[in-house]
Amino acid sequence: MVTEAAVWEAFGEIADPEIPVISLVDLGVIRSVDVSDGRVHVEFTPTFLGCPALEVMKRALEEKVAELGAEADVEVVNDDSWSTDKITAAGREKLRHAGFAPPAPRLVQLQSQVHRCPYCGSTETKLENLFGPTPCRSLRYCESCRQPFEQFKTI
Amino acid sequence: MNEQLLLGLADDELVIGWRDSEWTGIAPMLEEDVAFSSIAQNEIGHARAVYELLTDDADALAFDRALDEYRCAPLVELRLLDWAHAIARRWLYETADEIRITALMDDVPLAAKINREETYHRMHAEMWHERLRDEPRFRAAVEELWPYALGVLPAGQREALSARVGLPVVDAVERGMHTDELPELWQEMTMVRRSAPAGTQW
Repeated sequence: MVTEAAVWEAFGEIADPEIPVISLVDLGVIRSVDVSDGRVHVEFTPTFLGCPALEVMKRALEEKVAELGAEADVEVVNDDSWSTDKITAAGREKLRHAGFAPPAPRLVQLQSQVHRCPYCGSTETKLENLFGPTPCRSLRYCESCRQPFEQFKTI
Repeated sequence: MNEQLLLGLADDELVIGWRDSEWTGIAPMLEEDVAFSSIAQNEIGHARAVYELLTDDADALAFDRALDEYRCAPLVELRLLDWAHAIARRWLYETADEIRITALMDDVPLAAKINREETYHRMHAEMWHERLRDEPRFRAAVEELWPYALGVLPAGQREALSARVGLPVVDAVERGMHTDELPELWQEMTMVRRSAPAGTQW
């Protein structure tokens, strides 16, 4: 009999299709897991609505549950419950380690535009483009170590 | 939930997504190729999510309707290949869209999620507006598109748009009629769908 803890652990092994250094659990897109009568009900919240990886994520969740010998029922919840503040602390560190600046917390972003370089840690960085290679990223440049980098947008 | 209002919103987002994507590869600077492409991708994602509130088959609703069944506003249909006009439309559309989306947020949870993403579209539009606001070519484009911009919103929200844009409420180019520029776009955006047998998986 599959348990909720086992499902969460298994989901922790699913890499984000576009940023494979973090898992879907790190990304905070799995809102709930509920097991009853051998069926696993999962509530999943998309990051950006136009993200082409959403279908891949949904399928990966279903396959993972199938591997555990249960059947999944993945409900996509398009409400406002996901923001980049849902990315876990561990997820943020993994992003930074991969040279990918994690999103600034919403409060920081609203009050002061502090964006830290993922390579040298300097906050002397400037915006190059609000938009980047995927909907969730901006492009910035570090004035201290002269390295361009991708910044996860705060939403 | 007003289905006609939501269908109009979704059609607007779909069609402006197509129009914005026409700048991919030919924008005046590389950053804008990326910006317009990314904005277009978001808009089409919003269209899909709103269609899904109305139907189980978003593709069918998006692409299987006859031309006269689309509820998009004429503003989004125009093929604008002049940068001043393209930016004027982005700015007017995002300003109108903010009024419309924030009014929906209490009733439609999805609207709040869309609004989060649209913040970046507004930052982009406002940056360009700030840069071009005193340029005669840009001012002329804003004035030319103004009656179209009013047509994005129901009558009750037009005063708010007028206050934001600084132009008086005039007769709008209303939703419900289509411009001569939509048929060619409709041909293009439904082409793959029409050429593939029903039920094809991609």
